[in-house]
Amino acid sequence: MAGQTLYDKIWESHLIKQVEGDTALIYIDRQLIHEVTSPQAFEGLRLAGRKPWRADANLATPDHNIPTTSQERRMGLEGIKDPVSRIQVQTLDDNCKEFGIFELGMNDPRQGIVHVIGPEQGATLPGMTIVCGDSHTSTHGALGTLSHGIGTSEVEHVLATQCLLQKKMKNMLVRVNGQLQEGVTAKDIVLAIIGKIGTAGGTGYTIEFGGEAIKALSVEGRMTVCNMAIEAGARAGLIAVDETTLDYLKGRPFAPAGEMWNRAVQVWLQLVSDDDAIFDQVVEMSAGDIEPQVTWGTSPEMVAPVSGRIPYPAAEKDPGKRGNMEQALKYMGLEAGMEIKDIHLDCIFIGSCTNSRIEDLREAAKVVAGKKVADEIELAMVVPGSGLVKAQAEAEGLDQVFKAAGLQWREPGCSMCLAMNADQLGPGKHCASTSNRNFEGRQGFRGRTHLVSPAMAAAAAIAGHFVDVRQSSQD
Amino acid sequence: MRKFNTQEGVVIPLDRANVDTDYIIPKQFLKSIKRTGFGVNLFDEHRYLDRGEPDTDNSQRPVNPDFVLNQLRYQNATILLARENFGCGSSREHAPWALDDYGIRVIIAPSFADIFFNNCFKNGLLPIVLNKDIVSKLFDAVEANVGYTLAVNLPAQTITTVDGEVIPFTVDEYKKHGLLNGLDEIGVTLQDAQTIENFEADWREKSPWYFSSGAESSGG
Repeated sequence: MAGQTLYDKIWESHLIKQVEGDTALIYIDRQLIHEVTSPQAFEGLRLAGRKPWRADANLATPDHNIPTTSQERRMGLEGIKDPVSRIQVQTLDDNCKEFGIFELGMNDPRQGIVHVIGPEQGATLPGMTIVCGDSHTSTHGALGTLSHGIGTSEVEHVLATQCLLQKKMKNMLVRVNGQLQEGVTAKDIVLAIIGKIGTAGGTGYTIEFGGEAIKALSVEGRMTVCNMAIEAGARAGLIAVDETTLDYLKGRPFAPAGEMWNRAVQVWLQLVSDDDAIFDQVVEMSAGDIEPQVTWGTSPEMVAPVSGRIPYPAAEKDPGKRGNMEQALKYMGLEAGMEIKDIHLDCIFIGSCTNSRIEDLREAAKVVAGKKVADEIELAMVVPGSGLVKAQAEAEGLDQVFKAAGLQWREPGCSMCLAMNADQLGPGKHCASTSNRNFEGRQGFRGRTHLVSPAMAAAAAIAGHFVDVRQSSQD
Repeated sequence: MRKFNTQEGVVIPLDRANVDTDYIIPKQFLKSIKRTGFGVNLFDEHRYLDRGEPDTDNSQRPVNPDFVLNQLRYQNATILLARENFGCGSSREHAPWALDDYGIRVIIAPSFADIFFNNCFKNGLLPIVLNKDIVSKLFDAVEANVGYTLAVNLPAQTITTVDGEVIPFTVDEYKKHGLLNGLDEIGVTLQDAQTIENFEADWREKSPWYFSSGAESSGG
């Protein structure tokens, strides 16, 4: 019998029963909750007179709506100017209280983006099944978990039953062989993967990321890669457990300690795909060939290496794709054939569940240290992923580096990744963003997003246009 | 949940691949704590020429005459015809809520993003996957015939054109059953409560580390 993939193993250990057809009932170990996709789920429980199955399996925090200036944050809920946003955050507080769910509230020093604080608190543990009403739940797969983004009806279902109805996905392995060049990061790996397999390339699959280059990444880097599995269409991405995973988790508040830790580690170290496991699809990439990446269009698959040019739609054979490219260029106000380095920027956003962890901030700070943001940049902001990341960065003096260079240093939250709060990109403005989606209007009405790594965003802040961070760091 | 059995109605075409859920319902409308009222903001950034807010009077906003939703021939449509990878991006269930609230009951496309696809079934909407060439032919037919309709029959798993052509489609048995009967999925799952409890007890024994509460250890 052929071996099992990591996905097969976690699936099998959580399978309660096959329901009907392809649908199965799987047990969920952890649900993460934020204010945007949960109010209707709690309301559903209330209307049906139901209680959470296991309240202590849930961890909540507000992140999408909350303001990121310290002045507003100091005022607590009253600091949220938009009354509709304020009600949503208040509703999360009320629901958590009513249903006995642990919440890291808006001004708790441990508050942050839900996908940053889960691992940070050790609430994300290897071999777990994790869900959240948020597509970037795939992030947690970096620690060898099976993590699905779900809709609000499913949030309610998990609250009430501790189970998810789910169809088993197919297995895909993306193997990134060799070593990355200096200045090339996890973000560039995942953008290159999406460029290769497309935004629907992973639909119907769980993607395991493997190979030497993935193994060499820190847990933070692995989270960046798994975070964007959904941008390749895969609901879940995951990475095998190794010493790097264990080193990261040891001593975190929700992680087991003492004898329990030792026992858990024995089990967790088996959370790897067997050598003879069969994948339905295998994609090979060479890390050494990956350059810093920049998206030029309105889908994450519309990406090019920084040394490249915007492709010509006319050269695309598929009429559907050609149409999409033309539409994207029109929206972005860019010309086919233009050099990526000639794209000028108005705004820089360093943050989001993709790239707001300490390592990301260190990379960005290194690039801007002792330099100044270009005059043409109207707004450059750094939004740490959590209160603990912020405190760590401040302890290392990174906030001073950013401020001295002319970047704003903000309070933790989702911020301009999706612009539900006041942090919005203006119409027609180009933003170098470390977030995950360059969809039309994503960062603000008619705003134009270019997805890049933190180092590339930082280098663009200094130059006012895209530059190859591998060269700019040698200057 | 509302039952779904058959649906005959006008088809509205959205000729664009990779329509994401930000496109279907922009973020500013996700601040609502309700499940209803999103229909007037369906495809908001394309349907109107200005930027809408949750408290805007939509009847006073300038509409984009070129957008399909604003064209007379597609008024009261209940079937949306779309391209590849429809519903990609954010998991927001507000996307099917908005489609539903507008009056859409069926979405036909060559492929859907997984989370959106699932979310539709939880809300009485039927997403149907058809071969790319068949979808293209339907786009042509819709374009050529004002008031073009289709008749969707879930029990029979067929779509019938006005010319009597029958197009079969597949649907997961569990999901079909749920739609036909308008099932309360949570209620159905809770019929297995004992099985879940047994599984949980066994899992707790095997993996106690997943059941410790960090909330206590960190003093929260």
